[in-house]
Amino acid sequence: MIVFENVSKFYGEILGVNRINLSISRGITSLVGPNGSGKTTLMNLMCGLLRPTQGSINVLGLTPDQPEKLFHKLGYCSQFDSFPKGITGRDFIQSFLEISGYVRKEAINLTNRALERVNLVEAAKRKVESYSKGMRQRIRLAQAIAHNPEVIILDEPLNGLDPMARAEVIALFRQLSAEGMYLILSSHILHEVDMMSDRVVLINNGYIVADGDTRGVRSEMQEHPLQILIRCDRPSLLAAKVFEQEDIVEARLHKDRRGLFVKTVNPDNFYLFFNKVVLEENLQVESIHPVDDDLDAIYQYLIGSEGS
Amino acid sequence: MSSRVEIYSAEQVKGKMPLALWWRQFQAIFRSEIKKIFLSRKSIMLYIFALNPSLLFIMLNIFNDKKKLIDAQFLNRVFSEVYEGLILRVVIFFGCSWIFINLFRAEINEKSLHYYFLTPVRREVLVVAKYFSGLFTASLLFSITTLFCLFLIYLPRGYESSMQYIFDGPGLNHILSYWGISVLGCVGYGSMFLLLGVFFRNPILPATFLYCWELISFLLPPLLKKLTIIHYLQSLTPIKLSEGPYAIVAEPVSAWVAVPSLFLLTAVVLTVACLKVRKMEISYSNE
Repeated sequence: MIVFENVSKFYGEILGVNRINLSISRGITSLVGPNGSGKTTLMNLMCGLLRPTQGSINVLGLTPDQPEKLFHKLGYCSQFDSFPKGITGRDFIQSFLEISGYVRKEAINLTNRALERVNLVEAAKRKVESYSKGMRQRIRLAQAIAHNPEVIILDEPLNGLDPMARAEVIALFRQLSAEGMYLILSSHILHEVDMMSDRVVLINNGYIVADGDTRGVRSEMQEHPLQILIRCDRPSLLAAKVFEQEDIVEARLHKDRRGLFVKTVNPDNFYLFFNKVVLEENLQVESIHPVDDDLDAIYQYLIGSEGS
Repeated sequence: MSSRVEIYSAEQVKGKMPLALWWRQFQAIFRSEIKKIFLSRKSIMLYIFALNPSLLFIMLNIFNDKKKLIDAQFLNRVFSEVYEGLILRVVIFFGCSWIFINLFRAEINEKSLHYYFLTPVRREVLVVAKYFSGLFTASLLFSITTLFCLFLIYLPRGYESSMQYIFDGPGLNHILSYWGISVLGCVGYGSMFLLLGVFFRNPILPATFLYCWELISFLLPPLLKKLTIIHYLQSLTPIKLSEGPYAIVAEPVSAWVAVPSLFLLTAVVLTVACLKVRKMEISYSNE
């Protein structure tokens, strides 16, 4: 487990994060929040690049002020888009492994495998300066996973990647997660975060505002009734039935009179009721889907539009 | 993308003696730093700077009176003055400042120091390895400067006369002394500049202060002289020069005191640098 206990970080008088209590287990955990919300601060605290002003952090039984032990278990793909001057992709990874203590032969093997994993074997001989943004992102990712750490921290790992590379990287994350690793990542691409994350931590102004899987977080937001869009052959009949339900806050017919828009504070009850109506009235249902139970909606409700 | 590899786990590396691991890490950092220092474009300026005194001696050979150029006493005096005034106080001092300050500061400015901090290496090993890479570079470069200048000063005497002076006279002692002082200069100044690069965002001001402090050492009372590096280095020079009418004369320290004192100073300074780097945070936006 990765555990934050009452962690605060101040940059002088500026708040980085405040009173963070968080336990992260295996799988993909995404940190989501607008710029300056404290995501990177949290990640940098986890790997000891920053020291907490107060509180303690524990990563698999190790504290971040023990880099010589911690980084055998942890790999960090930072957001800093800078590299040592004149270095090639291969040297970038191999030198990292040699500095980590691997003998040259092992370092070469690990370098090759990391390059394969991020599809950069061909470009590895070239200087990193000549790489595109996406390639630079992938070479950093290769470095973070090269020594097969248990915990991988990825700050905006999808930035700059084209859709193809993004799909490959997401597949890699899923594979690593399936192998039992801890993946902690931050991203602005909410629908992709939503798709791949086991757990989402929403951060705003240095505070955690929500934490859990997307559906769990959404179901707890009772002040925001769930919106459901139903397309069927007789929406007026459905609307009449729907108004008999106490949990319904709003029901609105579509302009084309082929759909119904429903807001409910108890989605589970509504779905049971809906199934019953469909069977009793023999409704022809074209589609039914919740409009705002994804991460994007949660983000809008809890944080607002500033970072999305 | 390939499947997950079962790799050399951390335990395999950790299972070995930590000293062996540290040594491997030291070597890897050392190699990487040497490449950075020697092969960077900026280093060309350093090479030119290190060559400067040699140009002076070439000019001396070309334009000076030939009779004087075979007078050993005259040449020793000239060399001693140029060595103390130019090689030691300017070339070695500023060369070391460039090399050692940049060991950490350049990486902070280029936002690449975090790559070292994200490896499982003790930060003390990092400091020591960086220091020794700087020391190797500086010692090599300024040893070449010193020895090449000595070669140039012996050149007009001719081969036989020079060999006789070196092996049957005081020549060898002079060569070894000046070479040793150059290396010790790099040892002492190097550690100080590494510390400045670690502690200060803009190390130019403290480096200037250090330069002035070293420059006025001849005016300082004997007790304060002991707090300058130049005092120990000057004590080792084979030919003692007058420091002028206003100088406060102090007894030079023996080599047995001067050399260990410089090593002790270096050890203390490096320890402080290690403690600082151990606690160092990476927050480039604040730099």
